[in-house]
Amino acid sequence: MTDTACLLRLYEEKYELEDYQGGVPRWCSGCGDNAILAAVQRLCRDEALRPEKTVFVSGIGCSSRLPHYMSTYGFHGIHGRALPVAEGIRMARPDLHVFVNTGDGDCCSIGAAHWIHALRYNMHMSVFLHDNQIYGLTKKQASPTSPQGTRSNTTPRGAWLQPLNPLSVTLGVQNVSFVAQAVDWMPDVLYDMVRAAFHHPGFSFVRIIQRCPEWLPDQWEPFIKDPKRILRLDQNGHDASNIDRAREIASRSDPIPVGILYRNADVPRYEDLRRSPKLRTPQLVRAGLEAELDKFTVWPEHAR
Amino acid sequence: MNDTPLAVKTVTDLKEHVVEVISDSGEGAQRCGQSLGSIAARMGIGTWTVEIIPAEIRPPARSVAGASGNRVRLGAGRITNGGDLTHLVVAFNEQVLLGRVRDGELAPGCTILLEDLWRSHADPAIARAYAESHGKLVQAGYRVIEIPMARECAAIVKAERGKNMFALGMLCSIYSLELALAREQIALAFGKKAQSIIDTNVKLLDGGYRWAQANLDFKYRIPAERPSEPQIVVNGNTALALGVLASGMEICAMYPITPATSASHYLSDVFEKVGGIVHQAEDEIAACAFAIGASYAGKCAVTITSGPGYSLKQEAIGLAVMSEIPLVVINVQRGGPSTGQPTKAEQGDLMSAIFGSHGDAPKVVMAASTIEDCFYSVITARRIAETFNMVVVVLTDANLATSQQPFPRPQFDPAWMAPPADQSAVPEGLEPYDWDAATGLARRFIPGQPNGMHTVTGLAHDRASQVAYDPQINEESIHFRSLKLAALQRTLLAPPLVGPPEGELLVIGWGSTKGAIEEAAASLRGEGRKVSSMHLRFLQPLPPGIKQAMQGFKRVMTIEGNWSDRPEDQLIDESNRRYSALAMLLRARTLVDVDCWSEVRGQPIKPAAIREVIRRKLACPTQP
Repeated sequence: MTDTACLLRLYEEKYELEDYQGGVPRWCSGCGDNAILAAVQRLCRDEALRPEKTVFVSGIGCSSRLPHYMSTYGFHGIHGRALPVAEGIRMARPDLHVFVNTGDGDCCSIGAAHWIHALRYNMHMSVFLHDNQIYGLTKKQASPTSPQGTRSNTTPRGAWLQPLNPLSVTLGVQNVSFVAQAVDWMPDVLYDMVRAAFHHPGFSFVRIIQRCPEWLPDQWEPFIKDPKRILRLDQNGHDASNIDRAREIASRSDPIPVGILYRNADVPRYEDLRRSPKLRTPQLVRAGLEAELDKFTVWPEHAR
Repeated sequence: MNDTPLAVKTVTDLKEHVVEVISDSGEGAQRCGQSLGSIAARMGIGTWTVEIIPAEIRPPARSVAGASGNRVRLGAGRITNGGDLTHLVVAFNEQVLLGRVRDGELAPGCTILLEDLWRSHADPAIARAYAESHGKLVQAGYRVIEIPMARECAAIVKAERGKNMFALGMLCSIYSLELALAREQIALAFGKKAQSIIDTNVKLLDGGYRWAQANLDFKYRIPAERPSEPQIVVNGNTALALGVLASGMEICAMYPITPATSASHYLSDVFEKVGGIVHQAEDEIAACAFAIGASYAGKCAVTITSGPGYSLKQEAIGLAVMSEIPLVVINVQRGGPSTGQPTKAEQGDLMSAIFGSHGDAPKVVMAASTIEDCFYSVITARRIAETFNMVVVVLTDANLATSQQPFPRPQFDPAWMAPPADQSAVPEGLEPYDWDAATGLARRFIPGQPNGMHTVTGLAHDRASQVAYDPQINEESIHFRSLKLAALQRTLLAPPLVGPPEGELLVIGWGSTKGAIEEAAASLRGEGRKVSSMHLRFLQPLPPGIKQAMQGFKRVMTIEGNWSDRPEDQLIDESNRRYSALAMLLRARTLVDVDCWSEVRGQPIKPAAIREVIRRKLACPTQP
C-alpha cells in the first residue's frame, strides 16, 4: 500500500474481520483460546483499530501463540515477560494500542512479579489472562491456578496446594484500576469484558476462565450445564467502584462471578507521570548535555 | 589571611605523588579527596582519583575494614591510572589507617597525618588502642605526624565537624595548590547549599592551609601545565550516564545494583531535562524486557547493570538477539561469581558477555578502557545496535566506575542522536527479515508502519517472521545472525600498537587496565626492554590486525583482572590450565601461544605489579 492509499484508508476507518486474521490457529478444537481470539478480532473490527497501530504482546504457552493469529503487529517473547515488554512499548509509544495475552503459568507463576508490578504501574494496556488452570504446551503440569487435587504429570496423585486466585491477588495490589472476569463459553460476556477493558484508560486485567479440552476436558462442565453457577455481576447490581465488595466477590469461585469487579478510571498512569511533555530535539539534548558538562568542566583559565 | 609561610621549609619538586584521605564513613573524606583532585586538575596537574569504599553503608566507627575516602594520584602530565603505593595519608582515626596498612597500600616511609584527638580520649580503651597503633606505625618506619584536627576545627567554627575541609586546606598547602582555586572549588561543590555553609567551609579550608603553613616543615610541588582546552572531570559512571544522554537514547531501564547504580542515580537526575526516562523496574529481567519493548517500538533503549543482574538478563538478551532488536546493555563489572565483591573491580564477565545466553547468540561486546571511553562507548554502542539490529554489550568495571580522570570536553554532534523511528508504509513484497546474503543484515519494521505487520518471535522463524521448524530455515537464520558480526568486523580498524612494532614481548589488555599496562610497558622500554602493548576496545568481533601485530614479537601475553590458573601450582599443566578470558579468545582466534597473567584482588592492577610480571617473563626465556 502506498502512503497515499494509507491516508485514504484513514478516512475509511472501516475494517473487516479478515483485516485482523493472521495464520490459521493451531490450538486444539474446543480450546478456549479460540473464543478469546474471536473476541479480540471482533473488538479490533468494531473499534476500527488500525492494524499497524495495534500490538499484541505475549509470553510463552498456548495462550501466547495468539499474536501469530492476528494480522496486526505482534511480539511473541519469552516465558513470563510479556508485561515488561508491553510496558516498554507503551512507554516508547503512546500512539499504539497495546494488548497482552498471557496464561496462568506465564502470568501467575514465572511472571508473577511482573504481574504485581504491572498493576502498580497502571500503564495503559489491556491484559487478558487465559486461565485454563493447567500447563498446556508443555503437556499437562499443574499450574498455580490448578485446583487442589488436580492430577497432572507433575502431580500424579493430585495437586497439593490450594490454587492461587488471580482476582484476589490483583485486587490486593495498590493502584489496581480495572479487574474483570469472563468465561470462554459465554462469548457475549467475554466480548463485553474485552471491550470494557479496551476502553479503560489504564491497566485493564481480564481473567478469562477457559477450557482445555486436551488436559482438563470436564473441568467446567458442571458450570456450563448449570447457569445458576454463574454470577452475572451486571445483573446483580454490583457497584464496580466498591473495591471492598469487589474483593469479597473475588474471593468466591462458585458461582463464578463474571463481569467487571472493579474499575477506577482516575488512577494515574505511570507513562503519564513519566513521559516528558518536551519535544525531544537535538537542540534540547545539546542544551541539556552542555548544561551538565558545564558542571564538570575545568576551563583553561580560572573561571570562564 | 596571610599566605606567607611561617615555618622554614624546603619545597621538594616531585614528578608524582599518591595521596589518600581516609575516615569513617560519613566524615567527608571522599569530598575532601575529590575536591583535591579537582583543584589539582584545574591547575593542570595530572590526576586520577579512586574512591575507597567500605562494603557497608555505616560500618562501625573506627573499624579496620571501614575506611572510606579517596586515593588521588597527582602527577606531571596525563595520569592514566591509580598508580602504585601511597606516599601520604590523611587519616581521621588510626583504625581505618591500619586497614590500609594491612592491605599493603602504603609505601615504605609513607607520611601519615593523623588526627590525634584519640590519644586523650575519655574511653581508656580507645586511648590505649591509639597509643599502641601509633607506636607500631612509627616502629614500622612511617613518618607519623599527629595533628589536632578536631581541636583546630573547633577553634574555627565552634564545632568538631568540617575536618575534611581543614584537611583539604592542609593538602593545598602541602602540594602548593592555589588557595583561590580551592575556594572556588568549595563554592562549586556546595553550590546548592546556603552561602553560610560555603563560608564556613572556606574558613575551615583557610584554617587548614594556615595550620600546615605554620606547622609542617615540608612542602611539595608537582609540575602543572594548564590545559589548553576545557576538560571534564567525572567518574566512569557519570561518564556513562552522560554518554546515554548524548547517545540519542531516551529510555534507560535498570534495577539497583552495585557498582552500576550511581550511573542511574545521576541519569535519573538529568535525563528528564532532555525528555528521557529512567525506569527502575521490579527486577533485572523486567528492566531488560522493558528496554527490549521500547527498542522494538522504535526507541533504542539501554539497560545498565552489574554481574548478577547481567546473569539474570541472559534469556531476554537471547530474545533480542533472536528477534534482531537493537539493545544496549552496560555491565559495570564487579567481583564474582554470585554476590562476590560488589564494590570491587574485576574483569570476570568477558566470557559471559560474549557467550552468554543459550544457543548461538552473537552479540557485540565492547569494553571501555578510560573514563573518556565510558562516554563515547555508549554513543558508539547505540549506533552499532541500530545499524546492525544487534545487542551491544558495553563492559566497564568498578575501577572505572569510581575513578576520576580529566578528559577533553566533548563537542556534541547531532549525528549522535537516533533518527526518528521510520513510520512510512512498507512497500509491497518486503519481508521483515530480508536477510542480505553477504552481510546478514535485515531491515526492521517498526509498529506504526503500514504493511509491515508481523509478529516478532523468539522462536525460530523465516523471513516472514513465521514460526519455522524447517531445518534449512533454522540454519539459514543462525547463519545470517552470525554474519552480522563479520560485517561489523570489516568496518573496524586494527588496534594501535603502543611501542615499537617488533620486540621481545607484546602485552595485550582490555578494559580498565589500559593505563597501568601502558605505563608499565613504557617504563620498561625506558630501561631498554623491547616491550609493546595493545589494548582492545572490541572483544566481539575482535578487530583485524591482531595476529599480524603479534608476529613482530617473540612472545605475547595478556594481563587481565580475572582468574587464570597459576602454572606453578602442582596440578596445573598445559592440559588443564585455565587461561584468562582474553588469552583464551586470542589463542582460539590466532593459534598463537598467548600466555597470561592475572590478578583478582578486587583492586585495580598496579603498574608496579605489571612491571614485575613482565620482568619475570622476560627473564624466563624458555616459556612461551
